[in-house]
Amino acid sequence: MTTSSITELRAKRSRRRNTNMLIGSVLVSLVVLAAVLSFIWTPYNPYEQFFAEKHQGSSLSHLMGTDRLGRDVFSNILYGARITLLVGLVAVGIALLVGTPLGILAGMKRGATEEVTMRFADILLAFPALLMAIMFAAVYGPGTVSAMVAIGIGSIPGFARIARSGTLQVMSTEYVQAARASSQPALRVAWRHVMPNIVGMVVVQSSVTFALAVLAEAALSFLGLGTQPPTASWGRMLQESQQYISINPMLVVWPGLAIAVAVMGFNLLGDGLRDRFDPKLNGERS
Amino acid sequence: MKNENTLLSVEGLSVSTGRFPLVHDVNFAMARGERIGLIGESGSGKSVTSTALMSLLPDGLQATGTVKLAGHEANFVDASDAVMRKIRGRDMAMVFQEPLTALNPLMRAGAQVAEIMLQHQMVPSRRAAKAKAIEMLASVKLPDPAEAAMAYPHQLSGGQRQRVMLAMALANDPSLLLCDEPTTALDVTVQRQVLDLVLESVVQRGTGLLFITHDLAVVANMCTRVLVMNNGKVVEQGATEEIFTRPQHPYTRGLLAASDLEATDHDGRLFTVASAAAYVPWTVAETEAHAAAAEETPVEPAAPQQDAEIQPVIKITDLSRTYKRGRTSLFGKPTEVHALQKANFTVLPGERLGVVGESGSGKSTLLRILAGLDQPTSGSAVVAGNEVAGAPESQLVQLRQELQIVFQDPMGSLNPRMKVLDIVTEPLLVPGRTENAAKRRKMAEEMLEAVGLGAETLERYPHQFSGGQRQRISIARALICRPRVLVADEPVSALDVSVRAQVLNLLADLVDAYQLTLVFVSHDLAVVRYLCDKVVVMQSGIIVEAGDTESVYTNPQHPYTAKLVASSMNLHAEVLAKAGTA
Amino acid sequence: MVMRILTNIARFVASIIAASILVFVVLRLVPGDPAQIALGVDASPALLEAKRAEFGTDRPVLVQYFDWASGLPFGDFGTSYLSRQDISPMVLDKVQVSLILVLLAMILALVIAIPFGTFAAVRHNKVSGAVVSAVSQLGIAIPGFLAGLLLVIFFALKLGWFPSNGWTAPGVDFGEFLSRVALPVVALASVQAAILTRYVRSAVLEVMSEDYLRTARAKGLSPMKALFKHGLRNAAIPVITVTSVQLAALIIGAVVIERVFVIPGLGSMLLDAVGNRDMLTVQSVVMVLVGITLAINLIVDLLYTVVDPRIRKSA
Repeated sequence: MTTSSITELRAKRSRRRNTNMLIGSVLVSLVVLAAVLSFIWTPYNPYEQFFAEKHQGSSLSHLMGTDRLGRDVFSNILYGARITLLVGLVAVGIALLVGTPLGILAGMKRGATEEVTMRFADILLAFPALLMAIMFAAVYGPGTVSAMVAIGIGSIPGFARIARSGTLQVMSTEYVQAARASSQPALRVAWRHVMPNIVGMVVVQSSVTFALAVLAEAALSFLGLGTQPPTASWGRMLQESQQYISINPMLVVWPGLAIAVAVMGFNLLGDGLRDRFDPKLNGERS
Repeated sequence: MKNENTLLSVEGLSVSTGRFPLVHDVNFAMARGERIGLIGESGSGKSVTSTALMSLLPDGLQATGTVKLAGHEANFVDASDAVMRKIRGRDMAMVFQEPLTALNPLMRAGAQVAEIMLQHQMVPSRRAAKAKAIEMLASVKLPDPAEAAMAYPHQLSGGQRQRVMLAMALANDPSLLLCDEPTTALDVTVQRQVLDLVLESVVQRGTGLLFITHDLAVVANMCTRVLVMNNGKVVEQGATEEIFTRPQHPYTRGLLAASDLEATDHDGRLFTVASAAAYVPWTVAETEAHAAAAEETPVEPAAPQQDAEIQPVIKITDLSRTYKRGRTSLFGKPTEVHALQKANFTVLPGERLGVVGESGSGKSTLLRILAGLDQPTSGSAVVAGNEVAGAPESQLVQLRQELQIVFQDPMGSLNPRMKVLDIVTEPLLVPGRTENAAKRRKMAEEMLEAVGLGAETLERYPHQFSGGQRQRISIARALICRPRVLVADEPVSALDVSVRAQVLNLLADLVDAYQLTLVFVSHDLAVVRYLCDKVVVMQSGIIVEAGDTESVYTNPQHPYTAKLVASSMNLHAEVLAKAGTA
Repeated sequence: MVMRILTNIARFVASIIAASILVFVVLRLVPGDPAQIALGVDASPALLEAKRAEFGTDRPVLVQYFDWASGLPFGDFGTSYLSRQDISPMVLDKVQVSLILVLLAMILALVIAIPFGTFAAVRHNKVSGAVVSAVSQLGIAIPGFLAGLLLVIFFALKLGWFPSNGWTAPGVDFGEFLSRVALPVVALASVQAAILTRYVRSAVLEVMSEDYLRTARAKGLSPMKALFKHGLRNAAIPVITVTSVQLAALIIGAVVIERVFVIPGLGSMLLDAVGNRDMLTVQSVVMVLVGITLAINLIVDLLYTVVDPRIRKSA
């Protein structure tokens, strides 16, 4: 096809990607805002119990009502955003810092290094983040820290694979051949050629992994193996509400909604970023 | 324009994306059995035109105008898909450029041929379709049609796949065959065979042919009439011989001038679109005279320059490279591929050596070994006094100051995320070089100047340049550390004809100016003939012939070389042949 | 082809061994001593010693590993430190429950995802296609256990159509089994269906832009016929890959779902063991979960051979 029609198609796609990006950014900002707000102000102390006011519905004084102990649900949701973001950040941080260099190494060194790294990643793939976290909870006892670390470790293979396939692509290009044909040291090739060209993929992977980490933390806390009481966590709120599901179903809905907002936000953000960084759209290979 | 004999009539055909016109007001009529060539460079709108004729435009493109095929009332531009479905594959069929992707990878070749007949109920039963498919595969001269019918596309070679495509297109005996660059993805010798087959088939069946290509020689060979497209418009049309000997439009003249590798200006350089005004195409008589002269002039063997004093820049001795193809299973034996076998040759300083071969001939392996990107399995390669075989990475630094590469793909050879300044100065950032940033910048400016780009390009990114400009940047990068040897890997095969001439001229200028020794790898004999004074011909990892370019070209010794020469299309020869038959 | 199958099986065995090492290393790095946990903090050294000998934890780590691992191929997982019962019969009992859940959910997810994903791809420029995409985006954001809770609120508590929890084996009372298995399977399948819909959509979109689909149209096939006859089988290849990758997520999802619906499967067994710090049981159940994942991956790998002639011939 000709250049001008491609330009036009690209413009069309960029409009769509902007909606993904836009909604994603708004939802993620909501979660961040909730977490920030919780440090400055919450309507009530989230841990303060008012037995007289238990299981209230939504009202002006309690936006999302109260739970079985009369605690304000809205305040707890705001506090819960902290844990959600903390777990996501730490888990993504671990997976990114370990997985990406491993993947680049495997893609550049090839041979035995690649074989060993990727086999290891393959085996880790059979241990999803949540299973890893359950194992860690068994060993070190349940808690936010072991959850974060385990989810991070469980997410390493994703980054390693993405980074490796991106590196392989870059290494096969003629510009890397040209760099090698002028004796550029491997580290400079990694820094100047590989990294800038795979950073997009890694950013997308980070966003998607963040969503998965939020899900894993929620599930773990729901099982009682994640964040421990009284610290507010959306997953734990779900766990506590399960017994009262017939009395007060809204106790499931609010934290559920919060989880959905966070997960959808990071997923959409990832989609939007993927469209932006898509190599098929970037490199002018018409 | 309308008469009994008209097969296809196209009136006022325009295609646009809504805002941008891609094809503007195309008019032509094709008689039954006529063969028309549609010539254009990339972006000229020739492929869009062909898809519009099939009414298979991608979403978002709209066509206006009239397209009618004899025997059908419908105007293809606004006919419903239900109507078009009965015509496509039945009365008009198409052969696409890339046969590997155009065939369904999960379906046997025979079934894909049978499908088109079943779709239009041209055969009474599945079994009959199967039998007829094998017949069709035989008619396109596949050696074992029954076996080919059972094969999946990946089990066939490129040429065989294109034969399957042709068998499919001709299965229902359509009155019109559209071919969109059907041989561009094929090797030279295979290209010739497929073209001959297409020509033979359409002549035999009286099929109308619309042949879309960028290659003037191919059109001269295949077609009786030519349409020249530029920027979405047909700038000139007429009989092949007429257009190729007396072009009226400046664009056509430019295209002809740039394609003619035998004509040079007073500086001994190729004509470009810019200098085409001075270009006078040979008349048929002149062409005949040249051909006769070439036959009479015995090629004097190049005077052996027995100058023992001159040390060769490159000396290749018994060079071999064997790959172990990755094992597909733990228990399978790795297969060995002999990419290069016992190659020997020397290149003297200032010589221009062409390395010619088709895909899989080992020419790229040879080049990679010369550049120290790959290690030979055995033998020796000495480049500018450095032994490549067995040299550790640290020793190759010196070699690479003396030898640099220009690659084929102008898109892929520049890092999209680096500025031109950083790209061009990269070879200076190696141990042993001491230039500081300011000095490097100055050198980059000089080099860009030398390749015909201004200093203002330093701060730009690759995507802001055209293919030809990017290739100039690649050349600047290769020459910045002033190597003695320049190795070019198909540097012009991804470029349009008009740009090709410019880049070839630039290479010739720079080789002179910097007194470079040139190793030029190409599949295109004509390009090598223009640029190089010596040539080695490779086939399946073996050098089958080596010598002086002119003598190898005019008097090939090895049968493969002869086949290669015979297969490569020469514009003059094709025009001559056309004039002879007309 | 036989070579390919053998290679796959060899790789499977190697992965199982590597996974067993990983499980053993992670879970045996336990700071706690199983004997101490069993006896309490104020047990006498002599008693502890005896207990360790009984558990076999006084032996070198390597011996312990081989002792445990050598039993694995025969389904012998050893004796629980806590209940002093054989772990194997319990595992075998519960693995059936979990497998039923996982397989039903996977089938349901595919049954939903394939038509909807194809639809969303074919209609990608239309509103209806965008709606399917948006719904699948929402589906991904609602984790299985949350979907389970919501289903319970609506279908069990509000409408009373299904029991809110519990389990009946299919052999005991099939009707009862169906009514009890419905909600958990739907909850488990919903996320997977949403994820797979997106993958099916992009696989079909990819195929729709392939040259061979244009060839099919040039032969005179209608857009739909071209897609169904030439596109879907090609689109199946990446979808099979994703399905096998998603399987691990589905199995671990079942663990959580079992908690929501109080189903006595491997998940409940695992979580109880974690709660009791019954390490050998944890170790065994994790191994079984991973083993199932790897085994199904093996089957999927072999499936490729059937679908893709390019792989079939290469070996």
